[in-house]
Amino acid sequence: MNMHDETLTSEPALPDTEATPAAVARPGKTKEKTLAEIIVVTSGKGGVGKTTTSASLACGLAKAGKKTAVIDFDVGLRNLDLIMGCERRVVYDFINVVQGEASIRQSLIKDKRFENLYVLAASQTRDKDALTKEGVEKVLKDLSDEGFEYIVCDSPAGIEKGAYLAMYFADRAVVVVNPEVSSVRDSDRILGLLASKTRRAENGERVKENLLLTRYSPSRVEKGDMLSIADVEEILGLKVIGVIPESPEVLQSSNAGVPVILDAASEAGMAYDDAVARILGEDKPLRFTTVEKKGFFAKIFGG
Amino acid sequence: MGIFDFLTQRNKNTANVAKERLRIIIAQERSTRGAPDYLPLMQRELLEVIRKYVNVDVDAVKVDFVKDGEHDVLDISVALPERNAMVADA
Repeated sequence: MNMHDETLTSEPALPDTEATPAAVARPGKTKEKTLAEIIVVTSGKGGVGKTTTSASLACGLAKAGKKTAVIDFDVGLRNLDLIMGCERRVVYDFINVVQGEASIRQSLIKDKRFENLYVLAASQTRDKDALTKEGVEKVLKDLSDEGFEYIVCDSPAGIEKGAYLAMYFADRAVVVVNPEVSSVRDSDRILGLLASKTRRAENGERVKENLLLTRYSPSRVEKGDMLSIADVEEILGLKVIGVIPESPEVLQSSNAGVPVILDAASEAGMAYDDAVARILGEDKPLRFTTVEKKGFFAKIFGG
Repeated sequence: MGIFDFLTQRNKNTANVAKERLRIIIAQERSTRGAPDYLPLMQRELLEVIRKYVNVDVDAVKVDFVKDGEHDVLDISVALPERNAMVADA
C-alpha cells in the first residue's frame, strides 16, 4: 500500500522525452545490492522462438537459484503469460507499472513452480506508445532494488519502439536465429542495432551478444537443405551459445503452458538447460547437433 | 535414408546457395549501416550527372559513408571505362 504512495509521489515531472544520457545512467551504488543482469531476447524476425526462449531461459535461471523476472515487451500482443502458464493470473501489467497505476510488487506474477521466478505481463489493451524509456528504466531499477539477479526482456518482433526499448538497457542480448535466410539477415540487422542503439553502446561499451540457434535439424543440414551451425556463425561472425533442435516437445510445452526447459526428457529442454549453464559461465559441449545413428531396419526402410 | 530415396533426391545443395546469398547481402547491408538514408538517392543522381558526360556502368559510382574519428566522411568513387570507350574524349 505504501508502495502505491511511492509510485504516485514519484510520478510528476519528466515531460522531456529524450532525457540526458547522464540522468539515464544507472547509479553506481544503490545500497549494497548488486545490479541485476538485464538480458534481452530478441531476433528482428517473428516466429523464431523468442517467447519460448525467454520462458525457458527464465525458468532455467530460476532453477539455478537466481532470482529472476521475465518481462513481456510485446504490448498489445501479450503471449509470454500463455507460454509460462500464468495467463489467468494477470491483474496488473507492465504498462500499469510504467504509468504508475500499480506498484511493481502488485504487478509481478509469482511462478507456481519456482518461488524465485516472477512474470511481468504485457498490456493487452494499451498501445505501444504507452512504453517510455524513463518508465522502462524505472521498472528495471525497481526490480534490481527488489533483489532480482536476472531480468529477462522478451522483445517483440520488428525493430519498432517495443523492440528498441526491450534492448536499450540490456547488458546481454540473446539473439534467437533460425537456420533460414530471412532470420539470419534480420539477426544481422539486430546485431547492428545492439552495437549502436543501446545504452551500453552510447556509453562506449558493448552489449554481450549471444547467438541462440533454434529449430535446428541436423538431418536437413546433412542433406544440404539447411544452413549449418558453422554457416550461421560464419555469416554473423558470432559463436552460438546454444543450439535448440527442432522438436515436437516445443509445441507440446506451449500447449500446456509449461516452458520446454522443464521437460527434462526432451532434447529441446536439455539444449535450453545447456544454454542457461553457458550463460552462467559453464563450459558445455553442444548436444543434439549431429544426426543420430539409425538402426538396421530404419536404414533399409527409411524414416 | 531408405533404399528408394534416390528416386526423389535432387542433386542440389540449397544451403550453400543460401549461405552465398546471405554473405553478399549482409556484407552490402553492413557497409551502409548507420549511413544517412539520402545516400541511395544521391548515388542515383550522381550517376545520372556523370552519365551525361561519360558512358559508365550503372554500378560505376560508389558512395561510401565512413566514420573517421569525430568526422563523417563521404567517400565517392567513380570507375571510368577504358579510354577508347569514353564518349567525350577531349
